[in-house]
Amino acid sequence: MTASSKSLEPNIIGQYLKSQPRYTRRKTVNVVMLGVTGLLTLIALLPLFWIIGYVVYKGGQCINWDFFTQLPRPMGMAGGGVLHAIEGTIILTFLGSLFAIPPGVLAGIYVAYSPNTWLGVGVRFGTDVLSGVPSIVVGLFGYALIVKQQGHYSAFAGGIALAILMVPIIIRTTEEMIKLVPHSLRDGSLALGAPEWKTVLSVTLPAAANGIITGILLGVARASGETAPLLFTALGNDNYEIGRIVNSGIAGHQGIWQILQNIFGQPVDSLPLTLWKYAQQPYPERINQAWGTALVLMIVVLVINITARLWVQYRTKRLQGR
Amino acid sequence: MTSISSEPSGEKAFLERIRFWLRHGDRPWNGLVISMAVLVFLLMVAIGLLLWRDSAAARAQFGWSFLLPTLDASWNPVFDIYQAWPFIYGTLLTSFAALLIAVPVSIGVAIFLAELSPEWLRMPLSWMVELLAAIPSVVYGLWGIFVFLPVVITPLGQFLGETLGVLPVIGAFFKGPIPVSGISRLAAGLILSIMVIPTIAAVTRDVFLAIPKSQREASLALGATQWETIWKVLVPYGLSGILGAVILGLGRALGETMAVTMVIGNSIEGSVSLLRPGYTMSSVIANQFAEAVSTLHVEALVEIGLVLFVMTLLLNIIARLLVWRVARRTPTQVRA
Repeated sequence: MTASSKSLEPNIIGQYLKSQPRYTRRKTVNVVMLGVTGLLTLIALLPLFWIIGYVVYKGGQCINWDFFTQLPRPMGMAGGGVLHAIEGTIILTFLGSLFAIPPGVLAGIYVAYSPNTWLGVGVRFGTDVLSGVPSIVVGLFGYALIVKQQGHYSAFAGGIALAILMVPIIIRTTEEMIKLVPHSLRDGSLALGAPEWKTVLSVTLPAAANGIITGILLGVARASGETAPLLFTALGNDNYEIGRIVNSGIAGHQGIWQILQNIFGQPVDSLPLTLWKYAQQPYPERINQAWGTALVLMIVVLVINITARLWVQYRTKRLQGR
Repeated sequence: MTSISSEPSGEKAFLERIRFWLRHGDRPWNGLVISMAVLVFLLMVAIGLLLWRDSAAARAQFGWSFLLPTLDASWNPVFDIYQAWPFIYGTLLTSFAALLIAVPVSIGVAIFLAELSPEWLRMPLSWMVELLAAIPSVVYGLWGIFVFLPVVITPLGQFLGETLGVLPVIGAFFKGPIPVSGISRLAAGLILSIMVIPTIAAVTRDVFLAIPKSQREASLALGATQWETIWKVLVPYGLSGILGAVILGLGRALGETMAVTMVIGNSIEGSVSLLRPGYTMSSVIANQFAEAVSTLHVEALVEIGLVLFVMTLLLNIIARLLVWRVARRTPTQVRA
């Protein structure tokens, strides 16, 4: 091809295109609309930076050491912290994970290996639907299931409610991660005579473990940010301090079972619950503490989230690269 | 079998059978796995059943009139008369307002992410959109009360009240004045729209990515511009999936509690206007359930929860079926 013909080509195409009806209009619409989608993306992301920026700015002003290590002071008094909420959040997410991980992972294994049975389809569908159930409804369910039977609010009931929210996330990630594990690994183990359960526990699950942990982390991130399911299950408790409960239990010569019951059996607070209560109060120091709580909560949730996503991306690449 | 000597051997045979059964451990394992799968399935049923059982008295007392649209509905814990229409109306109005804004924005975001964005920008942008969904609802609420409402909603509400509020029919929905604090159904709708954008955008993006490359190539080869390809080929192709995404977003908006409760004002008044404070189904449960004393009050709230559950259940089922349809129609090998 000579240089002259090369320079001619676009010219011919250009002339042909320009001869088409409404050429300019179509071209303009194209550019404008493509630009609009970019603009809409910017608009959609604006609140993210606005919220994070403002929470960091306001919350950063009231965070200090006491904020993490002290119980709330009485209304109207300055100082104090949200230790009760931090400990409560840990207890609640611990209980939630405890109740959600075993059934979630096992059900995920089932769905991954029997996707075409009626139960497999049913569970996958049920998982999808379950993840769409409003969290306030889950709260009502937790109340009817546990609180009403026991006659009192408790961390236990809150943990059950959070577990219901975590289960769908765990099932879905487990399923996807197990499907990524090469079939040859499983076939090899079975061919060596290992029973199914041993193959799953010592070959498939370890290979998929990183991804499953990611799913669990995403579930934890969701659970630790939820308020609505805790309103009528965990309720809230300004004086919750594990150290104090344990100390008084030891001083009172209570058994370990009794102490555990004291920890899990009474109402607890959590960061989002505290934030919700503080935000409705007229005292400016409470509002400031609400911003501080929001900052702590957001750091917890976002750090877990980002770590989990980075991790799964890394693992998926490695598994698929094989 | 009747002789004494055969008895221990029968026991032995029984033990042997158990040992054989357990030897591989596969049956108990399968039983465990299947029972957990069934458990998850049963959970759905149990939620519905418990809510149904616990709202029995309210259902018997009020029947269908509990749900019917009325202009002067009463929600009166003193006289124990409950009608849920104001809450249903508030939920529907705020959710549709949210969709009105969120749908175009989300589709724009999805198009940008799936079709236009340069490779290096795609990942971070997708992440940011998903992080938007990760921010806890209460943080949205707090930011809403102290930042978003005074800065955006109050001026916007005044503007809408002055312009649209004077129009004949739709003016009723924009009758002001909006409270100075900005607390209103409009505020709830806008916050909801921010919160459902990640849901709709992520699913729509996946729908676009599931459309075969051949569709794009054919359209471009016929001389269509990129926008024409997107709008006249890809969008119709994935329409049922996009519709599914929108319904999924609607389900999320209907059930969202905390942020809405914090900005909607929680008051029952006769007004239908977007610019006035209101109530939603989820916010009335959040606000009143813990303090409800009379049985009928509690059960009326549970019945609202039941209605909410059924609504989101139906929406989710429809949405999933629609999204599955697009995914099934596209063979895996040819996906972009």
